[in-house]
Amino acid sequence: MSDMSATMAEERRPKQCTVVLPTESMKAMAESIGVGQLQEESCAALSEEVSYRIKEIAQDALKFMHHGKRRKLTTSDIDHALKLKNVEPLYGFQSQEFIPFRFASGGGRELHFYEEKEVDLSDIINTPLPRVPLDVSLKAHWLSIEGVQPAIPENPPPAPKEQQKAESTEPLKVVKPGQEEEGSIQKGQGAISAEAKGKKEGLMRMKPRSTHELSVEQQLYYKEITEACVGSCEAKRAEALQSIATDPGLYQMLPRFSTFISEGVRVNVVQNNLALLIYLMRMVKALMDNPTLYLEKYLHELIPAVVTCIVSKQLCLRPDVDNHWALRDFAARLMAQSCKTFSTTTNNIQSRITKTFTKSWLDEKTQWTTRYGCIAGLSELGPDVIKTLILPRLTVEGARIKAVSEGPVVSNIDKIGADHVQSLLLKHCASVIAKTRPLPDNMEQYRADYGYLGPTLCSHVVKARAQAALQAQQVNRTTLTITQPRPTLTVSQSGIGGSGGSRSPSIIKVPSSLTLMSTRPGTPTQPSPPATKYIVMATSAGASSTQQVITLSSSSGSSVTSTVASATSTLQPLVKLESRGAGGLGGSRPLQKYIVVSLPTSASSSLESKSGMLPPSSSSTSPISLEAGMKMDRSDSPGASTQSPH
Amino acid sequence: MAAVQDGQLNLEVEKDIKTEITNDGSGNINASSSSPGSTSSGGKSKSPAGSGEDQQTLLAVLQFLKRNKLTESVDILRREAGLSADADDSPVSESAGAGSGGVPSVGADGGDANSLLSRVSIATPVAPPATAPPKVVAASGGEDQPDVNVVLSAYSQQGDPVLYPLYYNGLKKFIESVLDCHRAELSQVFYPLFVHMYLELVYNNHENEAKQFFEKFSGDQECYYEEDLRILSSMSKKEHMKGNETMLDFRTSKFVLRISRDSYQLLKRHLQERQNNQIWNIIQEHLYIDIFDGMPRSKSQIDAMSGSLAGEGKRDANKAKVFYGLLKEPEIEVPLDDEDEEAENEEGKPKKKKPKKDSMGSKSKKQDPNAPQQTRIPLPELKDSDKLDKIMNMKEATKKIRLGPDNLPSICFYSFLNAYQGLTAVDFTDDSSLIAGGFADSTVRVWSVTPKKLRRVKSAADLSNIDKESDDVLERIMDEKTASESKILYGHSGPVYGISFSPDRNYLLSSSEDGTVRLWSLQTFTCLVGYKGHNYPVWDTQFSPYGYYFISGGHDRVARLWATDHYQPLRMFAGHLADITCTRFHPNSNYVATGSADRTIRLWDVLTGNCVRILTGHKGPIHSLAFSPNGKFMASGATDGRVLLWDVGHGLMVGELKGHTDTIYALKFSRDGEILASGSMDNTVKLWDTLKAFDDVELDDFTAATGHIHLPENSQELLLGTYMTKSTPVIHLHFTRRNLLLAAGAYNP
Repeated sequence: MSDMSATMAEERRPKQCTVVLPTESMKAMAESIGVGQLQEESCAALSEEVSYRIKEIAQDALKFMHHGKRRKLTTSDIDHALKLKNVEPLYGFQSQEFIPFRFASGGGRELHFYEEKEVDLSDIINTPLPRVPLDVSLKAHWLSIEGVQPAIPENPPPAPKEQQKAESTEPLKVVKPGQEEEGSIQKGQGAISAEAKGKKEGLMRMKPRSTHELSVEQQLYYKEITEACVGSCEAKRAEALQSIATDPGLYQMLPRFSTFISEGVRVNVVQNNLALLIYLMRMVKALMDNPTLYLEKYLHELIPAVVTCIVSKQLCLRPDVDNHWALRDFAARLMAQSCKTFSTTTNNIQSRITKTFTKSWLDEKTQWTTRYGCIAGLSELGPDVIKTLILPRLTVEGARIKAVSEGPVVSNIDKIGADHVQSLLLKHCASVIAKTRPLPDNMEQYRADYGYLGPTLCSHVVKARAQAALQAQQVNRTTLTITQPRPTLTVSQSGIGGSGGSRSPSIIKVPSSLTLMSTRPGTPTQPSPPATKYIVMATSAGASSTQQVITLSSSSGSSVTSTVASATSTLQPLVKLESRGAGGLGGSRPLQKYIVVSLPTSASSSLESKSGMLPPSSSSTSPISLEAGMKMDRSDSPGASTQSPH
Repeated sequence: MAAVQDGQLNLEVEKDIKTEITNDGSGNINASSSSPGSTSSGGKSKSPAGSGEDQQTLLAVLQFLKRNKLTESVDILRREAGLSADADDSPVSESAGAGSGGVPSVGADGGDANSLLSRVSIATPVAPPATAPPKVVAASGGEDQPDVNVVLSAYSQQGDPVLYPLYYNGLKKFIESVLDCHRAELSQVFYPLFVHMYLELVYNNHENEAKQFFEKFSGDQECYYEEDLRILSSMSKKEHMKGNETMLDFRTSKFVLRISRDSYQLLKRHLQERQNNQIWNIIQEHLYIDIFDGMPRSKSQIDAMSGSLAGEGKRDANKAKVFYGLLKEPEIEVPLDDEDEEAENEEGKPKKKKPKKDSMGSKSKKQDPNAPQQTRIPLPELKDSDKLDKIMNMKEATKKIRLGPDNLPSICFYSFLNAYQGLTAVDFTDDSSLIAGGFADSTVRVWSVTPKKLRRVKSAADLSNIDKESDDVLERIMDEKTASESKILYGHSGPVYGISFSPDRNYLLSSSEDGTVRLWSLQTFTCLVGYKGHNYPVWDTQFSPYGYYFISGGHDRVARLWATDHYQPLRMFAGHLADITCTRFHPNSNYVATGSADRTIRLWDVLTGNCVRILTGHKGPIHSLAFSPNGKFMASGATDGRVLLWDVGHGLMVGELKGHTDTIYALKFSRDGEILASGSMDNTVKLWDTLKAFDDVELDDFTAATGHIHLPENSQELLLGTYMTKSTPVIHLHFTRRNLLLAAGAYNP
C-alpha cells in the first residue's frame, strides 16, 4: 500500500494524466471480497475514483513525511493521512525497508500481491524475545572549528574518493565541491585549490605543486600508527590497522604510508625479516580496505612491494623452518585483490602481473620459493587463469617435483619447497578440474593427462566433487553462527588424509562469523573425507581467552557440537604451539599461547598429520599472529574448496 | 452565437443552483453564504447577454429564497436587482457582514459585500479596474467549510469545450507576439487562466476535453507550479471537486497578478477586439489584477515574486506600518562582582545593544522610532529569576565572539543516535543548557547538556517537611533521586511536530499530530495543560520571546495565539490557503510570522489580529523562518532549497540564497545578526554573510514603493561555508550566547 502510493506521488509530469489503476485490479479486489460479476463500466468508474482517492491520500501522506523530516514515506504517514480524512487507518501494516511484492499470473491475469504468511502464535510465544533496540541517545561532535571541518570519523571524509581521483587525474581542474567560493575557510585543506586558482589566472598553466603538509596532529598520528604497525604489541597493531582501514581522513598521509611500505619492504627483504614483511603487508591490506582512499596514485609503489613478498627467493633467515609460505599466500591474495579493484584497460595491471609471474615460473633456474610464489600469485587470480596457465603445465611441474622427491636426496630446502608447490597445485587445480572436467575420474586417465601429479590430483578431485555434492544436499542443516567482535582466528594445518602428503602450515582464512555445522543425521556409509577439527585456544595477557572449534570439512561421523571441554579432556592435544616472543620481535610481547588440537576421525590420518605437522611447529607462530585481527572473507579448507576462490 | 450560448447557459445556472442547494439543505450557514454566490453568478451572466434571461434567473433565485424563508437575502437581492450598477452600499455591507459573521477577525479589510458590489460593477466590461480597484479579498478567509456548491457554480458558465484550446492558443499567440517588455508580464496570465479553464471543463463534465486541454498546455506552465498541476491533474471529475482543498483555494481566492498599466491595456484591447468573452470572463471573475504605473517588470523580477498558490501578494496588503524595532530593555543593575567584571560590563553593554538599535551613538535609552510602544501588548512582568538570567546573558554577551566572513563560528553538532527516523522536532533553551526532542512515537525527551542533571521537584508530602526559611530552599525542593541526564514526557497520542522552550526554562511546549498543544513543566516533568483548538495536526508552535504567549499553527490553516493561562486562544489568524507549516514570533513579540504550504509568508499583528504582510516568492511549502535579532529582517526557507531574505519594514524581498538541494528545516541568525546559518535535509549546514546581503540591497523610493527589487545575481558570494554531516539531516540550529553554533539532527545510517 505505502509503496504503491509513494510511487504514484512520485510520478513525473508527463504521466500525470494517465496514471489510473487498471480495471483488472478492481475486478480482482471485488472478487476478493466476494463480489462476483462486476460490470466493465463500474470497474472503470471505480478505478478512476479509487485512483483519485489514493492520490489524494498520498498527497496528504507526503505532508506528514515532510513534517516528520524524512525522505521516505512510511505506512504511518498513510495512516495519519487517512485519519485526516476521517477514515479508519489500516491497521497491521508496518514500515519495512523492503516490502516484497510477489507476482503471480494465471487464467490470463496478472497479479502483484504482498504475501502474508500465516503466523503460528505458539511460535511467536516460544521464540526468545529479540534484543531490545537501543534507546535514543545524544552525542556531540565538532562539525566545524572556526570554519574548518575537522577530519574525525563523525564527519564525512574531507575529500571524497572522486575528488581524490580528480586531483590525481586532472590536477588543473581541481574543484572542491561546495567549497570553491569560500576562499576564507580554505586555510589548510584548501591550499591546493587556492594555489591552482592563482596559477590559472597567470598565463602559464602548470600542474600545481601540491604540498602535502601534515599538521602536527597528523604527524603525531602518522608516527604512532607506523610504530604500532611494526612494533611488538599485537593489540596496538590491531588497533592501528583498524584505524587505517576505517579512518576517513587519511588521504593526506597516503603518500607517506605508501613510501613507508615500499621502503620497508626493500630493506626487510634484504635483511630477511619475515615478521616485518608480514606487518607491512597487513598495512597494505588495511589501506586497501579503507573505502575512502583512492589508492590508484600509489600503486607504482605498492605493487612492487607486494610482488616482492610473493616471489622473492628468500624472505626469512631460516627458509627450512620459517613459514614464509604464508606470507607468499597472503601477498598473492592481496595482489589478486588489487588486480580486481584497480586493473583497467589503461594500466593493464592484471595482464602485466600475469606475464611477470608466468615468465619467472617458466624459467628453469627459478628456485622453489619463487616458483611457489608465482603459482600462488597466478592461482589467486581466479579459475580462468588456473585453467589456461597452470593446468597445461601440470605435467612439467609434476616431473620436476618427482625429480626432487623421488630422486637422490638433494637439500632439505628443495624438498620442502617441492612439497609446498605440490600441495599448492593440488589445492588450486583440484577445484578447477572438479568443475570443468567431465566424469568419470579415472586414475590412469589423470596420470596420462597430468603426469606425476595425476593420481593424487584424481583423489583430490573426487573429494572435491563429493564435497560439492554434500553441500548441495545440505539444505536443511542447522547452522550455528558465532559472531565475534573481531575475527581472531587462525588455523595452521590441514591434514589431508589418504594422499600421504601433508601440507605444512598455511594460513587459512576464516570468515568473521564462524559457521559450525552440525552435520545432518547422514548416512555413515557415504564416502566423505575425514574431517579434521581444530580447537584453537588463544590466550593472551590482555584479552580473555577464546576457544573455537572449527570444522574444516564436514564429517559425517561425529558432530562438532560436542562440547569443547570434553574434546580437550578426552583427547590428547596432538599439537601444541607455544610462542614466547620468537625471533627479533622483542621480549616485551605479551605471552600468547596457541594450542592447536587436531581431532581426526581416523587414527591413521591423525598420525600422518602429526608427523607432517611437528617440524615447523616450533617456530611457526608468526603466521598465526599474522592473521589475528585481519578481516577474512572466505573459508579456505580443502573440503570446501568447491566454492570458487573468488 | 455567444448570446445564444449564454442563454442556454443561464438556464443551466438556475437549475444548478436549485438542485445543489436543495440537495445540500443544511441550514443557515449555507443560505447566508449562498447569497454572494448566487448573486455573483447573476451579476456575471448579466454582462455579455441581454437582460431578459437575466431577469428570469433572478426571479427563479428569488422564488427559491422565499421558499426557504430567507427574507433577508431576498431583500438584498431585490435591492440589487433593482439598482444593479449603482447599488447602495451601506445596507448590503451590513447584512453581508452579518452573513459572514462568526468568522474570526481576518486580514480582510473589505467585507464580502464590497466584493460583491465591485464584481457587479466590474462585470460591465467598460469599467476599467484601474480607476476603481476592486477591494476583493479572499471571500472565505476563516470559514472552515465554504459551501462548495456555491463556489463551484461559478464555473457553470460555459462555452463550447472544443473552443477552449483555441481560445487559449489565441491568447498564447498574442502574448508571444507582443513586445518583449510586456511579454513577461502578460505571461503571468497563463497559469491562472489555464487552471480555471481546466476547472470549468471538468465542472461541466467534459472529461476528455479537459484531459486533452491539460495535456496540451500543462507543459507550458512554469515549473514551480508542478506540485499544483499534479493535484489538478488528478481531478478529472466533477465529483472530485467537492471537498478538494486546492480547488477551493483557486475558487475562493482570486489569483493576484501584478501587471503594469501598459501591459494591461494591451491585453484588454486584444481581448475586446477578438470578442474573446470566455477569457475575459475568467479574468474578471477569478483574477485580481493589481495594476501599477511605471515600467513593466522583467522576467526575473516576476519569477522572484511569483510561485505562491494564489499569485503575488497585493501591494495594498503590505502597506500597513510594522513596528519592527525592539522593545526597550528594562534597566537592570548589574551587580559589580569585582573590578574586572565591572570594566567588562561597562564596555559590554553598549556593544551588545549596538546591533539592536539603529541609531545608537550614546548609551541613551531612547525609544527606537520603529519600535512599538512598550505597552502595546501587555507583557509579563520580570521576575527575579528573569533578571538574574538577563544579567547572566549580559555577562555571556561580553565574551561573545564577533563573527564575520573572516571569523566563522565553530559548529557543535548534536546527533541523535538510534532515533530510527523518528526525530521530528528539536529545540534548545536560550542559554543552551537543555535540548528537547520531539519524536514520531509521541514522546518528548529532554536532555541536559550541562553537567547539571535534570531533577524533579519533590512530592507535596516531602515538600512540607522542608525548612522554608533555609537559604538553599531552592536546592532542597529538588529530589536528588530523580536526577538523570534525560527525561521522557509522555502525553501526546501522535508524532510531535513542534517543540519550544519557554524563555525562563520552566516550561516546554509541544504540538502534535493529535491536534493538541501541550504545556509541560520542567520542574515536575509533567503535563500542565493540553490546549485544544486545532482539530487537525499542529505543525509548529513557539513561545513568545517574553514568555506567556505562544503561537501555534497547523493543518487547519489557522494560526492561534494563546496565553499559557487561557485554555482558549486569544487570537486566531486566518487567511492562509493551505497548512501553516511554521510559526515564529517577532523579537518584540508584537508580531507573528507564519509560513505556509500555500508558499506565502504572512505577518500578523498580535494586537489587532490583522495580516500586515503577505510575502510571496517561495516555490514550495515553507518550513523554516527566522527573524534577525534587530527585528528588521526575516529569512525563510522552503522545500525548494532556497532561502529568501525579507525586509520586514518595507515588506520586500531583499535577497535569495541558493545552494541547498533539499528542504531547509532550520534557519538561525547569529546573536549579532552578521551570519545566517541554514540547515537542510541535504545533510549540510551552510553559513551566509547576511551583513553583506543586506548592505547590497539598494533601496530607492521607487523600489520601495513598487516592491520591484533587483536581486543580486550570484548568491554564491554570500556563502561563507558548507559543512557536510554524515547522513544526518540538520533539523535545528541555535547560536549560543557566545555565538557558538549548535546544530542537531538524527543520524540515519
